[in-house]
Amino acid sequence: MNIAIFGANSAIAKATARVWAEQGHGLYLVGRDAGKLTALTQDLQVRAKSKIFSEAADLTDTSKHEQIIINAKNSLGKIDLVLMAHGTLGSQSDGEASWKQTLQILDSNFLSQASLLTLLANDFEKALHGHIAVITSVAGDRGRASNYIYGTAKGALSIFLSGLRNRLAAKNIPVTDFKLGFVDTPMTTHYKKGPIWAKPEAVAHGIVSAIEMKKDVVYLPWFWCWIMMVIRNIPERVFKKMKI
Amino acid sequence: MPRTDENSHYQSWGRFPKAEQQSPVRMTSREGILPPRSSDSKLLAYGMGRSYGDSCLNNHGHLILTRDLDHFISFDETSGILRAEAGVTLEEILNFSVPRGFFLPVTPGTKFVTLGGAMANDVHGKNHHVDGNISHHVISFELVRSTGERLLCSKDSNPDYFYATIGGLGLTGLITWIELKLKPVDSPFIAQEVIKTSGLNDFFALTKASDKDFMYTVSWIDCLAKGSSIGRGLFIRGNHATASQAPAKNKTKISKKSVPMDLPSFALNGLTVKIFNALYYNKQLSRKTSNIVHYDPFFYPLDAVHHWNRIYGKRGFLQWQCVVPFAGGAGESAIKEILEEISRAGQGSFLAVLKTFGEIPSLGMMSFPKHGVTLALDFPNQGPKLFKLLERLDQITRECKGSVYAAKDARMSPESFSVFYPQVDDFKKFIDPDFSSSFWRRVRGESGK
Repeated sequence: MNIAIFGANSAIAKATARVWAEQGHGLYLVGRDAGKLTALTQDLQVRAKSKIFSEAADLTDTSKHEQIIINAKNSLGKIDLVLMAHGTLGSQSDGEASWKQTLQILDSNFLSQASLLTLLANDFEKALHGHIAVITSVAGDRGRASNYIYGTAKGALSIFLSGLRNRLAAKNIPVTDFKLGFVDTPMTTHYKKGPIWAKPEAVAHGIVSAIEMKKDVVYLPWFWCWIMMVIRNIPERVFKKMKI
Repeated sequence: MPRTDENSHYQSWGRFPKAEQQSPVRMTSREGILPPRSSDSKLLAYGMGRSYGDSCLNNHGHLILTRDLDHFISFDETSGILRAEAGVTLEEILNFSVPRGFFLPVTPGTKFVTLGGAMANDVHGKNHHVDGNISHHVISFELVRSTGERLLCSKDSNPDYFYATIGGLGLTGLITWIELKLKPVDSPFIAQEVIKTSGLNDFFALTKASDKDFMYTVSWIDCLAKGSSIGRGLFIRGNHATASQAPAKNKTKISKKSVPMDLPSFALNGLTVKIFNALYYNKQLSRKTSNIVHYDPFFYPLDAVHHWNRIYGKRGFLQWQCVVPFAGGAGESAIKEILEEISRAGQGSFLAVLKTFGEIPSLGMMSFPKHGVTLALDFPNQGPKLFKLLERLDQITRECKGSVYAAKDARMSPESFSVFYPQVDDFKKFIDPDFSSSFWRRVRGESGK
């Protein structure tokens, strides 16, 4: 299989790329930090005999998206699967203080993805072949005071994916939405970790097997499905007073 | 999600002493620069936190978390030379190398340590008498100093920093990558023999007879045995199995267990430990058994139980490991005296480990191993009573010109430290001025400064 990974430097994408590389799949890695991307590319080349390509790019620059996809196709031959893992947690308090910051969080967590997805969906639809997998968040299931800007972007992305899934179902192109709970990554260094925190390696295995099974919406780790069911069903008049 | 300046989360494996660090910094790129710090706080690299005492802690300072530096850089399938970032664990190396026919040249009793940590403590294993310490297989590494300098260290390049950083307890700067030579093996299996020993003399005779023909030798001893059976135990020796010795089904399923919470402190007492040790010793009825085992249970029996340190409860435990030179029989007598002290105090625990170190001199200025006998024991933290016993054991070790392993220590006195490590005055010239650890401040009498 040939796989394009956007946001390849994220801890979750890195762990997933290692599984795929060891399985022998060809990879095209796109990430912002060129140094980290080189380190990851070398690492995967040591582990795998398959072809590993990479390109450093800031994906909030949507004008480059078309070219990046062309580059990936040229390197790999064709794209069978795309994993989208880029985004930033951003700062809720900075976003509250400044609308510019708010728009930046929406930009890096939703607009950039919507642009790439539009291009990729059209390609896959035309080829009658492909699989779209995107990492979103349980934060997108309901707005909370502590991170509703990031949550809004992720929630919008989930709605976008749901629409795309509906559109592409007739063409047999799966669209998998990974709603992740707490994962111990550099993005969450300063959060206090507890027993419900997952390791990126465990999440990576969940991603690989859910893609093999062509799932639609997957909570990772699985128990978040039940946690979010409870959270979604709390009446708003109660929820608005809760501190969670 | 509560946002916090995470600190108490980072502990050592013995969970004693506790430390309160300032917010940790994750090192996410080997080309990155060292994190800025406030003027009165120091830096220390932290990998898996498997050092037992306080050598991986930095009370009031910052920890640099190295686990994101987990990339392989290059591997030569012919020579077995691997270059990898310092935050890669030994488990990750084995998962990669064993299917390709290579094994770690030297491994400690857990694979849950980082490569950087293994080198900073110059770890040894059951094959010390053949292969020395891990540093004997290290070709080169990069050391980043707080000045921003990046030193390529090997026997030829910056040799002073090469020898100071090996076993240098992370004090000379940040190790970003290491190149080491792996050992070719024919299978993931070990041809093992277990021999029941009746006492110390039996152990010394067996170890002498085995060191030539067996790459790996170690002995578990029952440290609560008294009188003539002092030092009785199980002597374990083995070699890498050949492809024809290996079982046809190449996959052994290893069950993973975990201790889910701290056990109450009364769970471990003289009686339960005595029963465990007696059962363990007597589980083997015949004098000798031979079998083919996977490398996991042979090298890492305790790794199968995650968080096994929790059996010692919240107060934690201490490990004590000494080496005493043979010195014409004086070493053997010292080990006997130490075991008698422990047996008399009745404070020993399971799994005391006895092994002889071979003649290969250590490379690091501060490396622990030297030719002689080494003994390692766990003790539940019973407070002053235990500290008094350990001080007595230090004293016996000092008298016979031995040493106590810094990577496992949580309490040795500054006086003992300078006797065990007389080369410290040379070593301190190479310490990075921005780096320090709880251990270092304690053994230099600078705690509280």
